[in-house]
Amino acid sequence: MKFLHLIWAALVRHKTRTAFTLLSVVAAFLLFGLLESVNSVFTQVGHSINAAHRLITVSKSGLMTSLPLSLENQIRTVPGVQMVTSETFFGGTYRKPNNFINVMAVPRNFWDLHTSLKLSPAARRAFAATQTGAIIGAALARRFHWKVGDQIPIKAMIYPRKSGSYTWMFDIVGIYQASRPLMEQQLFFRWRYLEEARLFGGGTVGWYVEQIAQPRQAGRIAGAIDALSANSGHQTRTQTSSAFAADFYSQYVDFGLIVSAVMGAVFFTLLLLTGNTMAQAVRERTPELAVLKTLGFSNRTVLSLVLGESVLLVVLGGALGLLLAAATVHALQVRIGGQLPMMPVGVAIWLRGLIAMVAIGLVVGALPARRGMRLSIVNALAGR
Amino acid sequence: MSALVEIRSLSKVYQRGRQRIEVLHHIDLDVAPGEFVALMGPSGSGKTTLLNLIGGLDSPTEGTLAVAGERIDQLGQGALARWRATHVGFVFQFYNLLPMLSAQRNVELPLLLTKLSGSQRRRNAGVALQLVGLADRATHKPGELSGGQQQRVAIARAIVSDPTLLVCDEPTGDLDRQSAEEVLTLLQRLNREHGKTIVMVTHDPKAAEHAGRILQLDKGALVESEQVMA
Repeated sequence: MKFLHLIWAALVRHKTRTAFTLLSVVAAFLLFGLLESVNSVFTQVGHSINAAHRLITVSKSGLMTSLPLSLENQIRTVPGVQMVTSETFFGGTYRKPNNFINVMAVPRNFWDLHTSLKLSPAARRAFAATQTGAIIGAALARRFHWKVGDQIPIKAMIYPRKSGSYTWMFDIVGIYQASRPLMEQQLFFRWRYLEEARLFGGGTVGWYVEQIAQPRQAGRIAGAIDALSANSGHQTRTQTSSAFAADFYSQYVDFGLIVSAVMGAVFFTLLLLTGNTMAQAVRERTPELAVLKTLGFSNRTVLSLVLGESVLLVVLGGALGLLLAAATVHALQVRIGGQLPMMPVGVAIWLRGLIAMVAIGLVVGALPARRGMRLSIVNALAGR
Repeated sequence: MSALVEIRSLSKVYQRGRQRIEVLHHIDLDVAPGEFVALMGPSGSGKTTLLNLIGGLDSPTEGTLAVAGERIDQLGQGALARWRATHVGFVFQFYNLLPMLSAQRNVELPLLLTKLSGSQRRRNAGVALQLVGLADRATHKPGELSGGQQQRVAIARAIVSDPTLLVCDEPTGDLDRQSAEEVLTLLQRLNREHGKTIVMVTHDPKAAEHAGRILQLDKGALVESEQVMA
């Protein structure tokens, strides 16, 4: 710590140069924070829904291929399966095409299995009793200022009504809460309503969700479920819910890969930029480093001073960048609401960021520090 | 009295590509404790090389070099750095202060290598600045001081850890006559009143007159030694 003022003095010697370098580090870590915030949504979503006790059965042809309703009773007979429910993707928009809503048709027992979605008993009773009843997430209710008792028109993405109209009317009978606003963006309505009113696709569901007693038997149970349709025209693939979530999101985009690629390019540029700044700064200070060595500063101390300078520069800029990212995510969530697919910049992102900062600082400072450490006092003082 | 600096058959050879340049040839020299020695001679005579060797900045090719009984020619780089930190104070022609630090912080630099607390370091640096007459300039940065004042700060830095020996390389070479005189008087006072042993390289005969003994070097060999009458 007693050398901190020396490191700081070296850093602020060329204020403009340091400020520009700092800005580039801030920008890099602002981007890192924002991308990691989005990436966290994709990496955590599968783990957030009681993954260990849940399997999901989808058509082997893909998520958008329906499965026959008759399969439900067969799955129920597989040893180890405690409960079976289904979900059917409906999709929809409200008033404007860009007001997309994640709408799902579900049977009444859906709420028995998805206990992490908090719903009052009265709402559950109303859902069971109302053919056109819909349960919406709290964040979705806030987004469109909906409340229980409202009747809302939703334009279907896939299923027209038997009349040919794509507009479906729903009565909001309950509002559920979830652990994160992102999970409060859905609208659930009764599959029975869909089944009776849709023009096509009768007798099918989107996919099945099974609750199992023993997570360690997941492999065996999944195999048994898939064996039920092995020789049929609707072969299935059963996975744990976390694997399903990963597959589900990767069909749109492999966000982890994008984050890695973008951050790789950004950090590589940062390495070159900051490395050049540090090399230049140390080159200019060669006589001063020689003076320090003359006074008795050891090679190791000089090495530490230069490395400390580069690490401090990157950590300062990085911390500022992550703080900005945290503030930006917070501001966006307040302004746009829960539909924003971003997690707050939490401890895990800070920790990864800090590791990246220190690593970049060390890499960037390594060559100039080695140069400072190895300089010959006599030559440096003589200006050679 | 035994010598503080004891040099025997000291040689220094530099290798520049295939060329072998012998800068110092078999120098023998004793500097007594409390002595003020001026090293003079034409450019390229080996003055600064000899000073660097005495100050432990470089190692001899041949011969022995002992300071206060310690064979510094046998010390490795790390040990030599530790030795410099405790035994030698350096004064350079161009002051070599760190421009972004205040005078006080510059003087404190050698004390960063000691176990002194921050307040002790500040107190000692304050005393050293007072000794060179710059206590009121402690917070000034080098750029805000005149050349003579900067050199006095450099002298304060050289004496702050109370070293055995002061080595000065052309300490007045960049100063006007009046500032040079002030600096030389200060060095003389440190030698006479505080008993500091000083070895000073200079081109200036007037500067050399402040020393107690003048040594002439030519082509890497000591050619003359002259006592100065104070």
